[in-house]
Amino acid sequence: MKIALFVPCYVDQFYPQVAIATLQLLEKVGLDVSFPENQTCCGQPMANSGFEHLAKGCNDNFIDNFSGYDYVVCPSGSCTLHIKDHLQTSGDDAETKKIRNSLYELTEFLVDVLNITKLSAQFHHKVGLHQSCHGQRGLKISQMSELVAAPFSKTERLLSSVNGLELVTLSRKDECCGFGGTFCVAEEAVSVKMGKDRVHDHVHHGAEYITGNDMSCLMHLEGILRREKSTTKVVHIAEILNSF
Amino acid sequence: MHTKDHAALADKFNHDEDRVDWHDKTLWFIREKRDKAAWQLPEWEQLRELASQIKNNVLDNLHAYLLLFEKNAQQNGITVHWAADAEEHNRIVYSIIQKHNATKIVKSKSMLTEECHLNEYLLKRGIDVVDTDLGERIVQLADEPPSHIVLPCIHWKKEEIGELFHQHLGTPKGNSDPQFLTAAAREHLREKFLTGKIAITGVNFAVAETGEIVVCTNEGNADLGVQLADVHVACMGIEKIIPSRKHLGIFLRLLTRSATGQPITTYSSHFRRPRPGQAMHIVLVDNGRSERLKSDDFRSALKCIRCGACMNTCPVYRRSGGHSYHYAIAGPIGSILAPGLDMKKYADLPFASTLCGSCTNVCPVKIDIHDQLYKWRQEIVKQGYAPASKKIGMRVMTVVLSNSFVYKTAGSIGRWLLKYMPALVNNKFNPWYKQREMPAVPEESFHAWYRKRKKNG
Repeated sequence: MKIALFVPCYVDQFYPQVAIATLQLLEKVGLDVSFPENQTCCGQPMANSGFEHLAKGCNDNFIDNFSGYDYVVCPSGSCTLHIKDHLQTSGDDAETKKIRNSLYELTEFLVDVLNITKLSAQFHHKVGLHQSCHGQRGLKISQMSELVAAPFSKTERLLSSVNGLELVTLSRKDECCGFGGTFCVAEEAVSVKMGKDRVHDHVHHGAEYITGNDMSCLMHLEGILRREKSTTKVVHIAEILNSF
Repeated sequence: MHTKDHAALADKFNHDEDRVDWHDKTLWFIREKRDKAAWQLPEWEQLRELASQIKNNVLDNLHAYLLLFEKNAQQNGITVHWAADAEEHNRIVYSIIQKHNATKIVKSKSMLTEECHLNEYLLKRGIDVVDTDLGERIVQLADEPPSHIVLPCIHWKKEEIGELFHQHLGTPKGNSDPQFLTAAAREHLREKFLTGKIAITGVNFAVAETGEIVVCTNEGNADLGVQLADVHVACMGIEKIIPSRKHLGIFLRLLTRSATGQPITTYSSHFRRPRPGQAMHIVLVDNGRSERLKSDDFRSALKCIRCGACMNTCPVYRRSGGHSYHYAIAGPIGSILAPGLDMKKYADLPFASTLCGSCTNVCPVKIDIHDQLYKWRQEIVKQGYAPASKKIGMRVMTVVLSNSFVYKTAGSIGRWLLKYMPALVNNKFNPWYKQREMPAVPEESFHAWYRKRKKNG
């Protein structure tokens, strides 16, 4: 099984520990993982801002880096969704389609492909789960509260197997945090207000850590937590699952 | 040209955080009521699918259904008018008013007339139009547009309504008891109902098979207006058609559960023919809808039944208020409808979203709202309506992110600057930093860590 690791650009630059945890975790479960070193970004920052036509360079680079693998794994629901929905190419359509289909967000890869539901990880804290919208509503990593449908959560299933980890119940379990890519600066006031409300829901319910599948949401929430001098911290789910 | 901008208006709304909290909680309460109502029906998702398919069928065969509706309505004794745009719609309504020598009009809720700015048009011509829906009357007295399509004055607190009524209706100062204020409004409106010669209503559903229209209200104000007036003028967008009566049940079950969490509106009134001595007119309005119908990407927005569920669930709408959208229809659905009418004026609206997708999943007719927001963004940029600063920023970003060498170099420089010259970004010109800390700068990127690990074996 040929597996490649795709690390979102902002994780590479600001949160390398998340990528390290992802790589180590995949290696611990017995996989041989490559990291194509010329990878950059999925192109979402341009595309979501309306500049999809400028994402060609990112698309081509993505395809160059990730062709020929059975699976590509990424510790981000949002970047994964973007590639799945919008990766286009001027060249080989079959290869592009294959990449779109072989790309998995980390937790769905663990649960759906590797059938792992239990890891012997340790994390002795009260944790709030922030399920990113793109992971949840886009990739269907967990059921959304809007639908009249049976609940499930791949992320929660993994977290509940972690020793010592206590998941807190939130008042609004799947409200958006307000990051939204360039929205976080273009609509600064609403973005921050959404983030504050999300943070307070977690803090109010006693979370010592806020975790999630997307470091972009967590970066935004962390910025608010640190400004408020809160003792609550953020931690990516890969870091929790890798703690064994 | 200076245009209104969602981000600026939302910023202003957020100056009063307590008010934002109150607004958010009020609307979230309605979202929760909607959830409870939906969960009462195990067939909820099936109903949504059916409604969606019926509306798809309507849009695919709109021409035929409209002609069938016109024929049946005419046979019922209704005069049918066709208006190509808002201006023609207003002209038609005004000509009916003139024909009957009327000056006093009572109007029940109609988002179409808001879209066409009918009130302003008639007021300018000396016609006294009174909105009879309580919420609409409140915003009318305050000289404001509605901020929500179902809950027009959701942004008003009861104390403020007490003060407004004190000024306009002479209620005692400081009395903000909802029951008392409602009674005062009722008395005030009763006189208007009795003297109004012409009643204007909107239309929720127009049944092609029977030529009848259905109007849903909670207050019965449409019924009272129509029953007391000599003339009934019903104004509708051409997409309001449903094929036959048997389809109505699906929509009536979805509409109010989605809107407010009620099982059904208090009044779902069928108007099929004028009563003896009364005249009845229906104005069918296009106003950009045919144009929209041509677009594969955006036509499904015409399936909307105006329930407002997408507004109540939208985390941005709840925290920016309806007026920040500066269009008759606010929220996610307004943001995909408005640019179709005037892309330049409403170029900001598709960006007033995090693309979280909640709207799409509460929508009772399954409009892919957040996907359309994404597509409108591409369209707006393609047509050149993106701000110049954004265009430059995006080009720089493209250069950095498209090439591995440039990316790694820029990353190293950026992190170095952030670490050793934090004042470069930690300042008031950085919108991130205004209320959030910047991420701490790590020693090295993952790329660098990985290279080192590989070298060390």
